[in-house]
Amino acid sequence: MTTVSIIGGSGYGGGELLRLLLGHPKVEVKQVTSRSHLGEYVYQVHPNLRKQTQLKFSDPAALEPVDLLFLAQPHGQAQHNIEQYAKLAPKIIDLAADFRLRNADFYETWYGEKHAAPEWLSKFVYGLPELHRAEMATANYISGVGCNATASNLALLPLIKADLLDLSSPVIIEIKVGSSEGGAEGNSGSLHAERANVIRTFSAFGHRHTAEVIQEMGVKDVSLTMTAVDLVRGVLATAHAKVRQGVATKDLWKAYRAVANENPFVRVVKEQRGIYRVPEPKILAGSNYADLGFELDESNGHIVSMCAIDNLMKGASGTAVQCMNLMMGWDETLGLEFAGLHPI
Amino acid sequence: MATVTCPECEAQIELEAGTEVGEIIVCSDCGVDLEVTALDPAAIQLAPMEQEDWGE
Repeated sequence: MTTVSIIGGSGYGGGELLRLLLGHPKVEVKQVTSRSHLGEYVYQVHPNLRKQTQLKFSDPAALEPVDLLFLAQPHGQAQHNIEQYAKLAPKIIDLAADFRLRNADFYETWYGEKHAAPEWLSKFVYGLPELHRAEMATANYISGVGCNATASNLALLPLIKADLLDLSSPVIIEIKVGSSEGGAEGNSGSLHAERANVIRTFSAFGHRHTAEVIQEMGVKDVSLTMTAVDLVRGVLATAHAKVRQGVATKDLWKAYRAVANENPFVRVVKEQRGIYRVPEPKILAGSNYADLGFELDESNGHIVSMCAIDNLMKGASGTAVQCMNLMMGWDETLGLEFAGLHPI
Repeated sequence: MATVTCPECEAQIELEAGTEVGEIIVCSDCGVDLEVTALDPAAIQLAPMEQEDWGE
């Protein structure tokens, strides 16, 4: 069995990661750290894990060497301790945003501060298997992905890969997000009285995840607009763009089908009947699937490309486990076979 | 086994043994209804679909 530990396991991302790792057939979880919950059973923080494990939260200072270390801390911590973590494990997967961007100046532009370990940025592979599968097979360090960036990148991937977009026009991505994106810490905006029934645009543009779309898709003129909706889990990215002259619906089918065929967790949802005709996050809760859909106005080349994911799964912990599988040379889908629930 | 191409999305669809002319099949990729118009060689065309109100 491959030994793994999680640094920062009390958040939603850490809890979801632990759920997946406890069910993974090739992994043994040795330690899960949390300063704020030190000594507590992990199921006291993650109640769905009762009877799944008797692990207690450990002190980060008492970490023992393992084969692979997951970092699930809040953004900004891992870059200060990466040298120490690298001594504990030959392989690291970081779920936070510390090592997602390749360029230190670009990082400073989007995060408003200098990176504490810029020499480490080039050592990490960006953690979206649909973009970097081959590199992951030989990587020792893999970054996390932004959940909104993942939904955006996957919505654009078939169009960029097949070179179907007219990039002289801007790409506008409307993103609806659930409350678990905000993390387990909470603030006044996450009070039930304030968050329930909400449709609130909290970031019109300039969201940090935009940097990952620019970096990974190579699209400069792109905006992400974030709207909180009354969901716990889920992201729906709706991208508006222009296709090149002459591109027809059949060309889009070919491009989307190609991406779905190459990637086990990508599906095309474009149905003619029934209720679920387009991607919806609702049926993806707990699953690692990304559902893609599109509609083209052939009269003017306006395309609407959609991607739905579970932000804690494909947008964070599910993708991290997928990265581990690729890094270790295992079947990419191992431990991620859950199909989701319907009805839910 | 004859293979036909969906006129809507260009998916390759295998006609099952025993398929008859006039039969309505469904494209497994895009979900459109397709009418089998010939078998030798096999041919299909889009079949009219009833517009549904899907709750919106």
